[in-house]
Formats: sequence, C-alpha cells, structure tokens
Amino acid sequence: MSATTESTRHRHAPSAFGDDFRRFWNLTVTLATTDFKLRYFGSVLGYFWSLARPLMFFGVLYVVFTQVLRFGGDIEHYPVYLLTSIILWTFFVDTTNACVQCLIMREGLLRKMRFPRLVIPLSVALTALFNLGTNLIAVLVFALASGVELRWTWIEMVPIIAALAVFAIGIGMLLSVLFVRFRDIQPIWEVLSQILFYGSPILYVSAQYEDFEHAAVMANPIAALLTQMRRAFIDPYAPGLISATGGGLRVLVPLIIIAAVFALGLWVFSREAPRIAENL
Amino acid sequence: MTSLTSHPSAAAAATATSAGPAVSVRDVRKAFRLPHQQYSTLKERVLHPFRTTTYDVLQAVDDVSFEVAEGEFFGIVGRNGSGKSTLLKCLAGIYDIDEGHLEVNGRLSPFIELGVGFNMDLTARDNVMINAIMLGLTRQQARERFDDIIAFAELEEFLDLKLKNYSSGMTVRLAFSVAIQVDAEVLLIDEVLAVGDAAFQQKCFAEFQRMKEAGRTILFVTHDMSAVERFCDRAVLLEKGRMIDLGEPAAIGRRYNELNFGRTVHQLPGDDEERFGDQEAQIVDAWFESRDGERIVEAAHGTPVRAVIEARFHADIDDPIFGFTLRNQVGTTIFATTTDLTHEPTGSFRAGETVVVRMEFQNMLVASEYRLTPSIARAGSGADALDLRADLATVVIHGGHFTGGVVNVPHEFTIERGG
Repeated sequence: MSATTESTRHRHAPSAFGDDFRRFWNLTVTLATTDFKLRYFGSVLGYFWSLARPLMFFGVLYVVFTQVLRFGGDIEHYPVYLLTSIILWTFFVDTTNACVQCLIMREGLLRKMRFPRLVIPLSVALTALFNLGTNLIAVLVFALASGVELRWTWIEMVPIIAALAVFAIGIGMLLSVLFVRFRDIQPIWEVLSQILFYGSPILYVSAQYEDFEHAAVMANPIAALLTQMRRAFIDPYAPGLISATGGGLRVLVPLIIIAAVFALGLWVFSREAPRIAENL
Repeated sequence: MTSLTSHPSAAAAATATSAGPAVSVRDVRKAFRLPHQQYSTLKERVLHPFRTTTYDVLQAVDDVSFEVAEGEFFGIVGRNGSGKSTLLKCLAGIYDIDEGHLEVNGRLSPFIELGVGFNMDLTARDNVMINAIMLGLTRQQARERFDDIIAFAELEEFLDLKLKNYSSGMTVRLAFSVAIQVDAEVLLIDEVLAVGDAAFQQKCFAEFQRMKEAGRTILFVTHDMSAVERFCDRAVLLEKGRMIDLGEPAAIGRRYNELNFGRTVHQLPGDDEERFGDQEAQIVDAWFESRDGERIVEAAHGTPVRAVIEARFHADIDDPIFGFTLRNQVGTTIFATTTDLTHEPTGSFRAGETVVVRMEFQNMLVASEYRLTPSIARAGSGADALDLRADLATVVIHGGHFTGGVVNVPHEFTIERGG
C-alpha cells in the first residue's frame, strides 16, 4: 500500500511534498499523461496541431528574417537554430503559462482531496516536457535533413533541457501560488515573458564575449542555455556558454540564477501549500 | 402497528470510547476570512502597500471536540452552512486548522467526495485507473482490482464509453465502486447517498455494513437522518460551527429535525402561498399532533399521528367537506382523504363559528419530511373550494427501516417449504 501510516499528528494540512514519494510521483505522472492523452487523442490531428503552432511561428519568422530582412546568412544552419530555439522557448513559455492557472484549473481536486500540492505544477511541467519530446523529433528530422552532423556533444542537450525545465518549474511554482492571491499575475507574466523572448537569442544568436553589457545579457538563463545549445547541437565552432560569458566565474551567473529562482519558487510554494485549498 | 425503530447500534454507542480513538478532535476552530473585494491584484498591492484589506471573519468551525473510536461509524450532521463539510476537510487534511488539536490514527482515505478527478472526456476504463491511483493504489494494484470495481458498479458493457455519455447515476456507481477499493482505515465521506437509484443505494448501504464489520472507522457527513439512524453508532450535530449535540443517532436525528423544521410549522404564510377558494370559510391553522393532543413537528415511524385543521366560517355552510392531503418532499401525494369519503355529513355551520377537525392515521410513513395541505369545500363533488392552503404544516418522520419505498405497509410473510 502506498499511503503511509500516519501516526499521531497535531496538524495535517497538505504540504508541498507530502510524506510518500511514490504516491507523489504516481500522481504527477498520472495527471501529466492524462493531460497529454487528452491533447493528443482528443482530436484526430492531435500531434499535428501541437506541432503546428511552433512550426507556423517558425515559418513566419524564417520567411521574415531570411527572405525579407536577409538576416542570418552568415550564421551556420540558421533555420535549424531558429527552429530549435523556438521549440525550447515554446516548452518554457508553455510550462510557465500553464502553471499560472494550474491551481485554479484543478480546484476540484485541491478542495476535495488530500495530496501533495506540488503535484499540480509538476504535472503541468511534465506534460510540457512530453510535448517537447515529440516536438524534438521534428527538430531532429529537420536538423539532419539540413546537414547538421550527428555529434557526441548532442548529449549535452540533456542537461541543457534539464536546466531549462528547472528554471521553468521554479518560475511556474512561484506564478501558480501568486495567481491564487493576485489575479493580475497573468497579464504581468505575459508582458515579462515577451520581454524575455526578445531579450534572449531566439531570433538572433549571441556572439563572443565583448563587453560588460554583453555579459549582463548572458546572465539571462535562457540566453545562456540557448547559446550552449547552439554549440553542442548545431555548430561546434560557435561560441558556447564559456566564451559568450567571458569565462571565469561569470559562467556560473546564469546557473546560479536558475538555482535561485527554483529555490525561491519552492520556498514560496511550500509556504503557501497548506492554504491553497481555502484561498482558491 | 408496532414501532419498527430498532437500534442495533445503541450498545455500540456506549462502548464507543473504550477503544483507543481513531480520530480525536479537541477544541478545534477554523475561521475563513471573506475579503470584501472579490480578489486583490498585485497592482493594488504595489500602489497602496499600506492599505489594509477589509474582510469578514466567518467562524466555520467553533470549538468542536469529540473522539471517534476505532471501528465506529460516526455521523456529522447539520444544516447547510453549519460547518460540517469544513470540519471534514480539516479532518481530511485539506484545510489547516487555526486552533485546537486534531489527531487521526491510521491511514486516512484521501477523498472526501466521490468521483473526484473524474474526467468527462475519458472512458470509464481510463477514469477508473486514474481514480484508483489518486486513491493511493499503485498502477499494478489498480489493474488487479479493475475487474472487481467494474463488476461492483455493474457497468461491464459501458467500459469504453466516455464518462460524458454516462448518466449521473452510472457515474456515481463507478465512483463509489472505486472509492471502496481504498485501503484506508479511516474513511471520510461527504454526502454520498444523495444520488443513485434505490437499488444501488441499498448496495452501498450493504457495503457500508461490510466495512463497519471489517472494523473500519467511517466519518460520514449527511443530511439524510434515516441513513444516520441506520448506520451510525453515534453522531454529532453542528449548527453555525458549534457542536450542539453529540450522542445516539436517533436523538441527534430528532434534534436535527426540530432545528430544521421546527420553525417552518408555524411560519406565517408568505405572499407566494398557494391558496385557492372563495374564503367563505377560512383555514386558520393546521398542524400535526400526537395522541396526547400535543403539537409535534416530528414523530417516530409507527406512532399514530393526527393531522388537524382549524377553520372559521364567514357564511352559513351546510355539510362542508374537509380534506387532508399529505405530500412528501418531492411533492408526491402519499395519502389523501376527505370527510365525505369516510364520514357522515359534517353538519351545518353558521357564520363566525370555528371548527377543529382531527384526522388520526396509522403512521406507516417511512423516514422523511411530509407536508399537509388542508382544504375545505362545499358539499357536492368537492370541487367547489372554500379554502385550500398548500403545504401548511410539516412533520418529519424518523426511524423505521430504510426500504427504498414510500410507505411501510404492515405485512407478514408466510414461507412454505415445498414437499
């Protein structure tokens, strides 16, 4: 039996984690797969539709930037970079956007059942991760077709995506509990994520370390991760995280920011967890 | 007719506290803040950092204490807004408590309602698996018990139907079947019996009985006094968050009925009262009374009850017909009678005269609420109404066996073995 025997307890309001990891994980996976299933099997063209949005976005940007603005000509495999960064960005923004409303969406569950509250934002992130997985298939096909060579450094994509997920979940945890209290979190996050979109090298690529301002741009975890992605996945001669930040301890700045955002999100979420059900 | 009320649980009530408590609630208080504005925004918070938000405090649970013994079936009853569901949520660990002490010994079922997390767009098959996992079963256990769940719900043919195509009764059957698979020692149940057809309700009751015999502790929130009387060993009655009574279910049931219906009996009829007739004779009042002539608002199943009409005449009328119609909560007429059916002519009445008409009947009604519609009509077909006042008096019948029927007709069995 997976539910643990609770001995004498003074108070037992729901916590963020609960006391039974197996139940925590089973619930998270169940909620995530259910959502994923509903999205894919709900309509005949489920997979197509979920891929269509980033692909359309990519198509428009590709035409505008390469054909109209004549941009990216000097960038090795620019279309592959553009598609990959859009897919990764889509994962990030899908996770955070869905997290904003996730507790409200699961109100019925939260009010009627005792379970670790963190299950909800984590299952949202997991659904987005499944989606990213299916989208990456398209990316791989496109990359190989465009002449990107298969290299050992592709393995680096795993920690890059993991770091991106940690960053997204950190923000997601924070947004989800804040939204329960402040309903204007949603438009605020929409604006902030737009700023982050243009402030990150998604449409463009980051260059070598040049000056202090540039280093400041690279403190943005999204910029750092996409830059490293480019070197690992597409072009081994492109500047990676180390050369783009200028090396040294500056490399750690985006990573520390990711860790700090995650820690903050977790702390705020854990603090609010016992009262989520009644504040909804 | 003899009283059918029997309490197998009365003995259990006495021993309820002898075993170690499965649930212990001491001086528990829980308040909600109800902010005056719908929701606050971050913008407001930033622009007016020192503005204090105003709110009302609703004391949902106010100083409640009780203990539930292991293996006990404990009822939490009260009217809407009495705090019973809040208390259950505190016990379930969904809400945090403000003050006091709460202890649950043993594995607690995580649900407080049936069908939590059901997704209408998925098939019954998928929903059963998801629901079972939510209850704390592993995927493996859920698969093993799948057939039992479906068999209990009697939904074998509808496995691959999406839940949105299920009737509400079918959904409840499915939910109940999953819920009873939980390996919890302490179950918290909120209003399960509100839905489902009589046959399935009976099956649920049987399942409760089985759980009870297996020594599970069950805390049960409901409005249904007949269910409380039938299953609970003890019950607590809440009103406005306070505990106003704790004890034997029949007594709690009576207190609840008094609380709930006591005031409706002598309520002044509003403007929306259904009233017919030319008012040449007027029904002044109507009530129920016991054989002793005492006005009552509740009665035990099996004890004779009188329905009484008091009327005043404003004109001289010969042989008026007095009518009594008894309807249940859903408005079905359970019993109707008039004086011209069974009585001799009622006689002549002069203007200004008053009359009290009593109709005593054998109380074969099952536990429920009944309303009396008194009427007076001119002699003849009974269609020429003088006065009719719908649902003027109310009585609540409690006790008796739950049979799923409307009345308990006196009966006897004869069993003859074939040669």
